[in-house]
Amino acid sequence: METKQIGKPMKRVEDARLTSGQGSFIEDMNPLPHIHHAAILRSPYPHARIKAIRTQVAEEMPGVKGVVTGQDVAACTNPFPVGVTASVHYYSLAVDKVRYVGEPVAVVVAKNRYLAEDALEKIEVEYEPLPAVVEIEQALLPDSPLLHEQVGSNIANHRHFSYGDPDKAFREADVVIKHKFAFPKYSATPVETYGVIASYQSSDDSLTIWSNFHGPFTLQSVMAAALRIDSNRLRILIPKDVGGSYGIKSGVYPYMVLMGVVSKKLGLPVKWIEDRQEHLMASSSGTDRVTWIEAAVKRDGTVTGLRMKMVDSVGAYVRAPEPACLYRTHSNTTGAYRIEHLQMETIAVMTNKSPTGLIRGYGGQQLYFPLERIMQMVATKLGLDPAEVLRINLLGKEEFPYQTPSGGIYDSGDYKSAFDKLIGMVGYEEFRQRQKEARSKGKLLGIGLACIVEPSGSNMGYITVALTPEERSKSLPKSGCAEGATVSIDPMGGISVRISTAPTGQGHETVAAQIVGEVLGVDPCTVKVVAEMDTLTSPWSVASGSYSSRFAPIGSSAVYQAAGKVREKLLRIAADQLGCSPDQLEMKGGKVALRNDPAKQVSLRRLVGSAHWNPQGLPAGTEPGIHETAFYTIPTAQPPDEQDRVNGSAAYGFVADAVVVEVDAATGDVKILNYCTVHDAGVLLNPLIADGQIMGGLAHGLGGALYEELAYDKNGQFLSGSFMDYLCPTATEMPPVTIGHIESPSPLTPLGAKGLGEGNTMSAPVVIANAVADALAEWDVTVDTLPLSPNRVWSWIQQSKKKKEEYA
Amino acid sequence: MQVKREERYSLRLQVNGKRYEEQVEPRKLLSDFLREDCGLTGTHVGCEHGVCGACTVLVDGRAVRSCLILAIQAEGADITTVEGLAKDGKPHPLQEAFSECHALQCGFCTPGILMSSVEFLQTHADPGKEEIADMLSGHLCRCTGYKGIVEAVQQVADRRKEGEVRESGDPVSICSRTTPTV
Ligand code: FES
Ligand code: FES
Repeated sequence: METKQIGKPMKRVEDARLTSGQGSFIEDMNPLPHIHHAAILRSPYPHARIKAIRTQVAEEMPGVKGVVTGQDVAACTNPFPVGVTASVHYYSLAVDKVRYVGEPVAVVVAKNRYLAEDALEKIEVEYEPLPAVVEIEQALLPDSPLLHEQVGSNIANHRHFSYGDPDKAFREADVVIKHKFAFPKYSATPVETYGVIASYQSSDDSLTIWSNFHGPFTLQSVMAAALRIDSNRLRILIPKDVGGSYGIKSGVYPYMVLMGVVSKKLGLPVKWIEDRQEHLMASSSGTDRVTWIEAAVKRDGTVTGLRMKMVDSVGAYVRAPEPACLYRTHSNTTGAYRIEHLQMETIAVMTNKSPTGLIRGYGGQQLYFPLERIMQMVATKLGLDPAEVLRINLLGKEEFPYQTPSGGIYDSGDYKSAFDKLIGMVGYEEFRQRQKEARSKGKLLGIGLACIVEPSGSNMGYITVALTPEERSKSLPKSGCAEGATVSIDPMGGISVRISTAPTGQGHETVAAQIVGEVLGVDPCTVKVVAEMDTLTSPWSVASGSYSSRFAPIGSSAVYQAAGKVREKLLRIAADQLGCSPDQLEMKGGKVALRNDPAKQVSLRRLVGSAHWNPQGLPAGTEPGIHETAFYTIPTAQPPDEQDRVNGSAAYGFVADAVVVEVDAATGDVKILNYCTVHDAGVLLNPLIADGQIMGGLAHGLGGALYEELAYDKNGQFLSGSFMDYLCPTATEMPPVTIGHIESPSPLTPLGAKGLGEGNTMSAPVVIANAVADALAEWDVTVDTLPLSPNRVWSWIQQSKKKKEEYA
Repeated sequence: MQVKREERYSLRLQVNGKRYEEQVEPRKLLSDFLREDCGLTGTHVGCEHGVCGACTVLVDGRAVRSCLILAIQAEGADITTVEGLAKDGKPHPLQEAFSECHALQCGFCTPGILMSSVEFLQTHADPGKEEIADMLSGHLCRCTGYKGIVEAVQQVADRRKEGEVRESGDPVSICSRTTPTV
């Protein structure tokens, strides 16, 4: 057997059950007898006062066990804690007011879902409609309607930052280029919706909740606080299989609390499976953002400073971990470039839309849309080729590790080599020729470029920059990105691994098996990995979970270290039995042998046997059994400093994209002809899975660029309530994609790996926008919002035509 | 057929070669019937409005969205779900190809896509990438970007053309167990 396992494109151990219908997803689970089903009544209004709720008729319907309303929830829970100072009271059901279409108002529990839905229709709610706030800029106006009167404005969080000497950079600039960009609200719509099973046990006042939640497990304490329950009496279990999330399912936690309350009040175990309409209107999404950006530029295209004002709409309530979207990319605000002067103003506003939360790329797509657009605009303004402008600004290989002005520590990289590889891959020079010829025939071809830094493994401390240094100093500093793993071997030699990374399709079981297989010199297929998270028995910490691409840099490191501890123990026992020192030994093929005298050997099974069956024969001071847990964090994940500098991530990868599009001027239709992407994610642990993650992230970014939007009308009514209105890319919308890799190992992680899979979600919206802008170069069009629907592109062209005609 | 809402209807059909006779409410969806009454939870529900394709099963050999029909409409039908794909303990070639080509991540969309692909391969002797993509456009997968899925279906089509597909899980033989209806 080959000893090298890490880095091999091993087929996934998850696949057999998932292709044969034997997965266990939340809806498939019936962990207790007598589970009843919940259905949720939701607000049809964007903003209204609740005058009365009448539930009696519903309560008397066949099979109905009871109804829970906001009054019940307010009586027995606390508002959810959140990391800002604005006093926003967010409960799992609306109390007094509704603030977005789809906000939960009441819950019916019945014998089955059909009966529960019948009863929903019989609940009467009297509303007094109020004016709604929909647009970000409207929310900022002093006379705007207020969502939360006690806050005094619609602003949930507001901060200013200055790094380096931005005023000087702008004073000394040859040109200043500025523009306002609007990034839309969209989701990732996992094909499996939210689901919760909750069971309250009165004898010890404890709650057991199963849900397709995937962390961050900081939210376990948020849930316990809301439920007024000791954290060890709130047991959370995650099913083996979760049907995709891309961040969105971390937003299920208010429903976990809600079903906990419902189970307690009605004295029954309850199950709630969200339907698609509920999911689209009320689950979670990325934030929409308006960014005012200014770049200070030298004549040769060097960007020396940036000013950015970013305003996120977090929806009707600022819900943890928001306003983190504003700060997730704080450390890498200056992207892949050597820009030393940076001024930022960050604002989170509340609007009458659904609350936001984690989403693949979190903050990255919102950041890079204005940043990479402005880089292209710099080139246009100065009459330079965009590739030249990017190259001149990219960090050089020799500059790593590089500290960004806002405190990020880019661990490694070779951006220019990756970029050159990309330019070769897409045939940039040849394309420019082709583009000229096409233009002469009236065809609009365009090429877009984008270079982005992909942060992974978030530092728990980054989100505290939402607070001022003074506010932060009042509580315990937050740092690190701790994750745990356990490796154990049973008396017969069976190896099992327990992880707390709550995977949602990323193949953690496979990669963990590869790592343990390599460290212990066994076939990975013989290693059993248990990924079902259980907050009472799994090794976990606040940062546990599946988000910020943290498995490759962090989760896998915990597995590696736990396996290393087992290995060390086995070698110690073997050395004792073989009468040598541990460093003379090697472990492979299920055996431990003397490196110089392989005939002297002992099988792993025998060593494990000694630890279990004959502990008296172990070397002095050795504990019996084989069961080792390791926790891993990265030393550079420090709390923010006094100057608000923070290294928000464990590792920083790099992605360079080039996209070729054709725009049909008559219809506004954008067709992607070619998509090339070069990644540097350090050492790849499993290239098959890595490319799968890249493709998935890219498809999501492409959806954001061209199709997806959670749209509201000007009164706050929701317009994208089904998959007929909310368009997701299907197989026919996928362009030809070429993926390239270079590997700059991270010097910080034990395996040299960095996270990946979110990069193209961050880059695709802007690189496609850049390509469309390039195609429309002859028209006076500034691509400054998304999605690039045919209607929008066509209107831009018409407006520009009109302007030209008027001018003529 | 005439049934009242509160009445139960005695439904008889075959699923994966097994006979089922159950009392069902007329309004019960076929997807819910398969999952709840037959315990076949491999058929997934992602939208209940006919767009995502996760609930696709074969009804008399045809790929059908089980969220769009009532269970009672399947009276007398012969249904195949993802649980019925492997035969005699051997996986169907599509199941293997999906793993080889990394055509799944979370696997939630996979059962429906497998069932559509089974029907597709039965009706398309020598499909090209575009035809495969067209067939897949009735399914949403938010994990994979579809690349691996197209490749997996293509791989099975190519192998079948080269006569490599083993008897046990032949995509044709699996469907020939059912009798198409008009
Ligand atoms: S659940 Fe049937 S098509 Fe989506
Ligand atoms: S594999 Fe997750 S939706 Fe397709």
